[in-house]
Amino acid sequence: MVPVADVIVGVSRPEPQADAGPPAQLQIPQFNIVPRVGLGIGIVVTALVIAAIAANKLWPLEFFHVAGGAAWTIIDLFLGLVLGPIMGMLSPPARVEFTTRLMPKMVVIMPTVVTMTLAAGWQLSTKLGTNLTSYPHHAWVVASFIVVGVMSILALGLLEPANIAVLFELKKPRPRPHVIERLMKRFIYCAGILGVMQIATLVIMTRLASG
Amino acid sequence: MSAAGPATRETTIGAAVGDRGVQGAGSAAEPKLPPVTELAMASLTLIVAGGIYLSSHLPNHVPLAPAVVLLAISALLLGANLLLLARVRDFAWERFFAVGRWSLLAYVGIAGMVEYAFLRNHLRGGPLIVLTLSLVVFAVHVPTLVGFTVARYHQPELTGEAVGASAEAPAFR
Repeated sequence: MVPVADVIVGVSRPEPQADAGPPAQLQIPQFNIVPRVGLGIGIVVTALVIAAIAANKLWPLEFFHVAGGAAWTIIDLFLGLVLGPIMGMLSPPARVEFTTRLMPKMVVIMPTVVTMTLAAGWQLSTKLGTNLTSYPHHAWVVASFIVVGVMSILALGLLEPANIAVLFELKKPRPRPHVIERLMKRFIYCAGILGVMQIATLVIMTRLASG
Repeated sequence: MSAAGPATRETTIGAAVGDRGVQGAGSAAEPKLPPVTELAMASLTLIVAGGIYLSSHLPNHVPLAPAVVLLAISALLLGANLLLLARVRDFAWERFFAVGRWSLLAYVGIAGMVEYAFLRNHLRGGPLIVLTLSLVVFAVHVPTLVGFTVARYHQPELTGEAVGASAEAPAFR
């Protein structure tokens, strides 16, 4: 398996030194850093979550929490443990194209999914009383707070800024390989750690759901 | 890439490899910048810890002092971060504010949503104040971090000069 540290856009891989002539030409697809359609969908979803919180009905809250949580978990696991290593095996042009198509979507998807999951989850737990100290499995709930807290710090503090910075770099006429390498390394490492932490989330949530 | 048609552009992405070597080439000209990311991570950690402390004791009354201390240290770290950042010369402030203001808009929206959830659940008094101020620190610090991460790698568009030629190390005043 290719180490995750190597899962970069790949542009820093040294070409043979004898080939010090003209630099390799890579085609970078045109892209928007924040896709407008995705942004519209994100705003609609957020509005629906606010409506669900205002209504305080079980089904919408359960829907947004479970659907958002499932999406968050699957994306983290898949990106960190499956897609990441695959990216490392792609040719540099393929990696560049894949990155420019994936990362803008991640800019919109992850904040929306995380906000949806946490906001609906908190309201749901308030409605059901599972966030009270009187709840029999309160320790598990607190454990979920801690896991989610750590994941949020990593996602907000490291992953999201790296995601956006990579896109800005790729927008330049001459993207710098070492910058992309550094940022993508940070992104993929974070995604891998979050993927592993999502396993803890699965353990906690299935335990809580089992009563 | 022919399938992509005109919606692509060619770039000399490999130029830097030839010009400056490969690994570590970037670090040689790495600007000296304050530890904004580290401070922001510490600040966010403190806020999250305070939030977990308060929410894990619901509905019991708990002393607010630990949460207030965590919030105060977190706010101090935010202030220190902004101060250190403001002292950097030759920083891409235009890019920082361009990215930061949109990010701020997004995170104010998210913080507003969380605040609404607090109010919807009749949170009142000290815990509401502490959590609201925590959200303020969160909504300012994360956009600061996003803007910083983008701006630190910004440099005037490269034309024909060696990559990194304009990446002189910003100095502290």
